[in-house]
Amino acid sequence: MPILIASLVAGLVFGFGLLLSGMANPARVLGFLDLAGRWDPSLALVMAGAVGVGSLAFAFAARRRVSLLGAPMQLPSARRIDRRLALGSVAFGIGWGLVGFCPGPALVALGAGEHKALVFMLAMVAGMGLFEWLERRRNTVAFAAPPTPVESDA
Amino acid sequence: MTLDWSNFTPMTALAGGVLIGIAVSLFVLLTGRIAGISGVLGGLLRPARGDIGWRVAFLAGLIGAPLLYPLFAPMPELRIDAGFATLIVAGLLVGIGTRYAAGCTSGHGVCGIARLSPRSLVATLSFMAAGFGTVFVVRHLI
Repeated sequence: MPILIASLVAGLVFGFGLLLSGMANPARVLGFLDLAGRWDPSLALVMAGAVGVGSLAFAFAARRRVSLLGAPMQLPSARRIDRRLALGSVAFGIGWGLVGFCPGPALVALGAGEHKALVFMLAMVAGMGLFEWLERRRNTVAFAAPPTPVESDA
Repeated sequence: MTLDWSNFTPMTALAGGVLIGIAVSLFVLLTGRIAGISGVLGGLLRPARGDIGWRVAFLAGLIGAPLLYPLFAPMPELRIDAGFATLIVAGLLVGIGTRYAAGCTSGHGVCGIARLSPRSLVATLSFMAAGFGTVFVVRHLI
């Protein structure tokens, strides 16, 4: 139960941060990505603030085996830099630049009752489902080969 | 390049970033996990026992944020200019891309960079470059 409450509060604070920073507004995200137009550098400061605070917490977390609530510390161990990582990121970046939504802001806008965010979210979940289907197919077709390890987020 | 000073809001941008930093810090210190939103959501598509509740709770917080936000500050405008077809194409690209990359702006861009992960640095540079490139093509070439 404490884990559930911690997760809910973290999601809530994350959402507040996206709203306060301007990151939840696709028009502002596109203003940041438009280097050749009238560039709004604000969102670079969002990342600076988030990374600055986060780096302290992760430095502390990396030295622990369990979280403060006793859950196992599950920091990513993947180190491989491959085509999946690069091409996946490029595909994501194209979608991000087309609309100005990445997953977090899309969820926040959905909660704000934006119909367009619902359309985007449904397509996004379909894209994630397509990935799951392709992965399962890849693992069954190539049953002779050892299954590819599932890399955890980041 | 010209700077858009009329929309430049360094203080709220930095403060919002700090809030995001506090959120990912709370999350990792209390639950031991990375607050990567594409991973939290995508993991629901391969459901496993005991691995669903925390995901739903975190996503519920994100979706619920705009409902509680007006208690503290005026709700900002959310302007989505893209049309229906663009929303679908972009959504598909973001969905499949973030899963292949195993992370998005939060998992790689915030948490991964904060952890000094080389993988996340490559991912972040890739999606930022693709984002800058896409906006350049859409706004200045087409």
